[in-house]
Amino acid sequence: MISAILVIAGLAALFGLALGFAAVRFRTEGDPVADRIDALLPQTQCGQCSFAGCRPYAEAIAAGEVDINRCPPGGEATIRALADLLERDPKPLDPESGELKARTVAVIDEPLCIGCTLCIQACPVDAILGAGKQMHTVIASECTGCELCVAPCPVDCIAMVEEPVTPRTWKWPRPGDSMPTEQR
Amino acid sequence: MAAAGRLDADGTTVSETRLWHFHGGLKLDSRTARPASEPLLEIPVPPRLVLPLSQHVGQQAEAVVSPGERVLRGQPIARPSGYVAAKVHASSSGTVVAVEDHPVPHPSGLAAPCIIIETDGLDEPWEGYEALEDFNALDGMELRARVRAAGVVGLGGAAFPTAVKLGAGAGLKMLILNGAECEPYICCDEVLLKERPEEVLAGAQVLLRALEIDRCCIAIEEDKPLAKQALQAAVAAVGDTRIEVVSVPAIYPEGGERQLIKVLTGEEVPARGLPPDIGYLCHNVGTAAAVARAVLRGEPLISRIVTVTGAGVARPRNLQVRLGTPIASLVAACGGYTDEAQHLLMGGAMMGFPLPDDSVPVVKATNCIVVATAEDIQPRAPAMPCIRCGECAEVCPAQLLPQQLYWHAHAGELDRLDEYHLFDCIECGCCDVVCPSQLPLTQYFRYAKTELWARDRDRARSDLARDRFESRRARIEAEQETRRRRLEEKTRAANAARGDEDARKAMIDEALERVQARRDDDRADEGK
Repeated sequence: MISAILVIAGLAALFGLALGFAAVRFRTEGDPVADRIDALLPQTQCGQCSFAGCRPYAEAIAAGEVDINRCPPGGEATIRALADLLERDPKPLDPESGELKARTVAVIDEPLCIGCTLCIQACPVDAILGAGKQMHTVIASECTGCELCVAPCPVDCIAMVEEPVTPRTWKWPRPGDSMPTEQR
Repeated sequence: MAAAGRLDADGTTVSETRLWHFHGGLKLDSRTARPASEPLLEIPVPPRLVLPLSQHVGQQAEAVVSPGERVLRGQPIARPSGYVAAKVHASSSGTVVAVEDHPVPHPSGLAAPCIIIETDGLDEPWEGYEALEDFNALDGMELRARVRAAGVVGLGGAAFPTAVKLGAGAGLKMLILNGAECEPYICCDEVLLKERPEEVLAGAQVLLRALEIDRCCIAIEEDKPLAKQALQAAVAAVGDTRIEVVSVPAIYPEGGERQLIKVLTGEEVPARGLPPDIGYLCHNVGTAAAVARAVLRGEPLISRIVTVTGAGVARPRNLQVRLGTPIASLVAACGGYTDEAQHLLMGGAMMGFPLPDDSVPVVKATNCIVVATAEDIQPRAPAMPCIRCGECAEVCPAQLLPQQLYWHAHAGELDRLDEYHLFDCIECGCCDVVCPSQLPLTQYFRYAKTELWARDRDRARSDLARDRFESRRARIEAEQETRRRRLEEKTRAANAARGDEDARKAMIDEALERVQARRDDDRADEGK
């Protein structure tokens, strides 16, 4: 009886030590689940999910605080990818967050710009170039289309423009049931 | 090719070489549709040339001319903006009237940036190029630079910059010149080989020198005996024993470089590899001729041979055309449209794509224009479910499983397509032809490829946005930290100075001065 208790107690102590050691030795920095969720989010940083950027939203999802259907820029594809990752059922986009839209880019009507820097401060990815009392411009290749710069502009000189499709970004359509003509 | 050929009576090497087979493929009836017996016709320079900035694989070129500028034939008008890129040259002399978007020959039918030149009919040459006396005096690097300066790209249809391909590496075993046009309708290479074999041959010699190897094999399909004869005669005249002419059986898609390498050598290019990985380099015969012109005569790539054919055109034939010529001029040179003309295709019947109208220009990749009739192009019968018969896998020259690819593409599981090597698909269309359920398989693969590329682009963009967001956050935090520290220091100083009335006064004065200075600055600014 005594020996059994000792053996069990000894084993418990041993495993406790091993686990304690592993917790220190193999400690992971940050939250790997949040990282993986973050990797699936479109990084628009628009805040439509009510969080201040994609990373905070990813952390909240990882903590189980919010649902996965609050990212309008990611659309259905992101919801599906998140559902796959977290092994949940995909659901339609939360209409409270916003609606699906084509990808846009902010364009500043430069003659109207008064150089107030408010849009620069609002831009989550530093995609607006300019200085106080100097004309601002958007670096189109860095712009995520989050629209956060539109509201602060006091002279309404920022417009969201849909990205044109070029031969390089064009995609073949998915064949439908009624196919267009095709060669014999 | 295992054994070297025996010597013929006239001294040419006759290919009695051993050939292999590539997997799958189809025997297509093509002779009737090829207008190869008509002689090559050079058509006049049109009044207006449209030269797209992007005529090749890789980065778009950058225009170096502006509207109003006069340009001469062969003058560079756009420079490459990266390594995988090619120059664009003015095809004739004239005035640049615009650098703007114009419809280009692309499956999307979209417009892209083009340089538009109104020609003056003088066709005055640019003096920037020099002919070369002896190409053997130059080394590989210098020859490559000449090829690059001439804007030469692969003329077989893919338009990959030739100079980049020539830099593929050392230790190659053999250069393969691809004269195996396997698509029905296309015969521009055949006509080139028949009419100007010496040019192809000179190109082969230049390429051998540039690659520093001494074995070249020119492959011609066996249903083109005249082209082969002409080329063999030219080889015999030059007496270059390094070059061998080989007949290969006419099976579609033998013109694919991987398929041709398999037929000639029995070796397979690995799935994610390129021919140089196994010691071969493949160029189209037209590209070789363009290399010869570029290196020996200093002529940039400003024209090419285009096959104009189909029942919708009065007199199908091959034309020597300046790049940038609208398709309408080509059709006019072939006697115009017949009453039956319905559709325009660029490329062959198997791999070509429809053109929106005949205003689009000939580009470096335009090898063939098919003017098809309503009868040629009929709506596909409705697709039936896949019955898993496996016919498609039988004919697939890339040894893929088209049915499996289709299954996943249809279900939207695009991530899984990589497992089945979607990107090894050459879009030859063999599976479409044999599918008893009339499934538009190739169409699915094209859709899936462009969709996956778009996803890659999106991922790259979101990675960039993530980096920028994180660095902005770090920057703001660092700023806040410094501000907090500065405030702390000041509070400490203020606390320390509490007892000392003079020190306190000095601090207040200093603050007042600072405010005054800022006010002055502002006033000065407003005064401006």
